[in-house]
Amino acid sequence: MTPFAVLTEELSVHFGATKALDRVSARIVPGAITGLLGRNGSGKSTLLAAIAAYRRPSKGRVLVAGREPYEDPAVVAGICLLREAGDFADCSVGQILQLAASVRPTWSSTVADRLLERFKVPMRKKTTNLSRGQRSALAAVVGIASRSPLTMFDETYLGMDAPTRYAFYEELLADYSEQPRTILISSHLIEEVERLFEYVLVLDQGRLLLQESADNLRERGARVMGQSAAVESFVAPYTVVSRQSLGRTMAATIYGALAADAQASASAAGLDIESVSIQDLFVHLTADPTYDVLAAGQGTSQHSKELR
Amino acid sequence: MFDGRDPIYRQIADQIRQDVVEGNLMEEEQVMSTTQYATTFRINPATAAKAFGELIDEGVLYQKRGLGTFVKLGARERLLGLRRQRYFSDVLQPALDEATRIGIPLEAIAAHLTSAASAHSEEKS
Repeated sequence: MTPFAVLTEELSVHFGATKALDRVSARIVPGAITGLLGRNGSGKSTLLAAIAAYRRPSKGRVLVAGREPYEDPAVVAGICLLREAGDFADCSVGQILQLAASVRPTWSSTVADRLLERFKVPMRKKTTNLSRGQRSALAAVVGIASRSPLTMFDETYLGMDAPTRYAFYEELLADYSEQPRTILISSHLIEEVERLFEYVLVLDQGRLLLQESADNLRERGARVMGQSAAVESFVAPYTVVSRQSLGRTMAATIYGALAADAQASASAAGLDIESVSIQDLFVHLTADPTYDVLAAGQGTSQHSKELR
Repeated sequence: MFDGRDPIYRQIADQIRQDVVEGNLMEEEQVMSTTQYATTFRINPATAAKAFGELIDEGVLYQKRGLGTFVKLGARERLLGLRRQRYFSDVLQPALDEATRIGIPLEAIAAHLTSAASAHSEEKS
């Protein structure tokens, strides 16, 4: 099946007075793996639920494969969302798999059987008697074996130990290579999963902070260190997402494409430039601008969040 | 592996170049597939494909339809040529800059080079 494209247009989801999502216009590239990053309460799960048609938009709309998925069974059959350790009914593992096989036109029982064995999920046990890690592993099995043209994992790793998580990533990548599909992954373990991503979306307080290819994101973050005055004049043309000063030296994290001669002019000014990991960049971009841990001390630290 | 701060595709490409130069990958030898790269290092297969694309453009790798990706004949010599070209600007110049910074006169370096060169030619003869 052709991988699904996903578009959200000015998508808002309100819970009473709370705007869980506020005019989010996101574009998910079909056939690619996209990482959905955001702090707790940033709206990640709400966005995934709206895309999966679990939830109706308050305003704006969601388009999956060009159609609004809400109450459209033909589109919904191709959307697979696994939430945390799976919200499975109280029945046996075998019954869960039978159910998935019956509603998923793209289901592969060969893949499911092999993964169950690898993840050591007992077929006869009831879902309520599985450990949290086993339930997450079952969710991973269902997500991979469904081979749905749009597959979404919402923190599907809770309770998995590190070897099981690595096995999950390996199996997901292997099956994705064989059967390309659109995959969205939300996770807090950024350092562990960022290399899986081809694209990254960052949500912050219900708003879309950025959507970017992962490689661009890695190249766009930079930390400039050196004498405060020299750092300040170097970073003037850039978006500065964080400043930390210590005595007369300073480290500023900037976001944006560096000028071609940036490295040379930094060396000439006696400054060091180093790259910033996606996790560090994410922390700076979504930091609380009003909280300043060093305010009482000598150093100062501030964040600003005006992107684009 | 691949935990440096450069984009991963660049790290993969550098690793393959290094393997070709050092002879760990022979000419006409098949390299791992993008899927093998993806599952072995838990990276996106598109990342490995991007590295392969760069190396194909450089004439280091080539693809045989349906069979996979291979090291091109003459790739080692081509890479060595490029590295020789860049040796003076990328390796020697920073060493000379450092010498200037910490107060080693160029004459001392020249003397060091002369004695290294004569030791080297004695070794050869």
